[in-house]
Amino acid sequence: MEKFFFLMFAITALCSGLAVVTLRNPVHSAVSLMLCLVQVAALFVLLRSPFVAVAQVFIYVGAVMVLFLFVVLILDIKKAAIETFPPVKRRFVGGVIAVLGIELLAFIFASPFGTAPADAAETTTESIGKLLFTKYLFPFEVVSIILLAALVAAVIMAKERQR
Amino acid sequence: MVPISWYIAVAAVLFLIGVSGVLMRRNIIVVLMSIELMLNSVNINFVAFSYMLGDMTGQIFSIFTITVTAAEVAVALGILIALVRNRKTFNVDEIDTLKG
Repeated sequence: MEKFFFLMFAITALCSGLAVVTLRNPVHSAVSLMLCLVQVAALFVLLRSPFVAVAQVFIYVGAVMVLFLFVVLILDIKKAAIETFPPVKRRFVGGVIAVLGIELLAFIFASPFGTAPADAAETTTESIGKLLFTKYLFPFEVVSIILLAALVAAVIMAKERQR
Repeated sequence: MVPISWYIAVAAVLFLIGVSGVLMRRNIIVVLMSIELMLNSVNINFVAFSYMLGDMTGQIFSIFTITVTAAEVAVALGILIALVRNRKTFNVDEIDTLKG
């Protein structure tokens, strides 16, 4: 049963990820990226980590993708920006990436990763919070300063320059 | 049970899709979205290994990755808006002012 759900989510995620790269209109790319991120959140649920899944849906789908869509709509992309995929000039790059991908998959399936313990407990938000505010308190504070800096930087970058 | 290697394989293929988007697309917005795909595949790896090892550090790190990604996107889109206001181009190849 879990395999069925895994395959469903994984295939949808890969197809929509491919659509992000191949679709010509950036708005369509943004919507398929949203679909891909939701599928990845579902994979996180299958990996027994509901907190990361919810954070993924809130932050990626709720904030980041809405920001992307707003920018795409504000900037009014003309026909000039719309291109075909794959571009003829870059077929060689695609070949190299395909070879690397086959190599990577061969290594992954040849490696003895083993399987997860069958009775793996679902991690609770409580345990994540305890770990985050005790052992990883310093990285947490650093990340909050990074967020503050990014907030200020984004406002200053996007502001109309005073003449 | 789903073997962990399947999750790693999905993450690897998503990463490669993101790499191909960065290297082959010329539209800067799609390039940024491909970077999102790559960061997301890294998150799958973190959470999958965290599940396999029964250690929550991977999940904490994936939360940090998500946060830093949000910051990165905010700054990148701010730069993009400023850039398009000055240059009126979406093509990555035409943005070469720093080349000198």
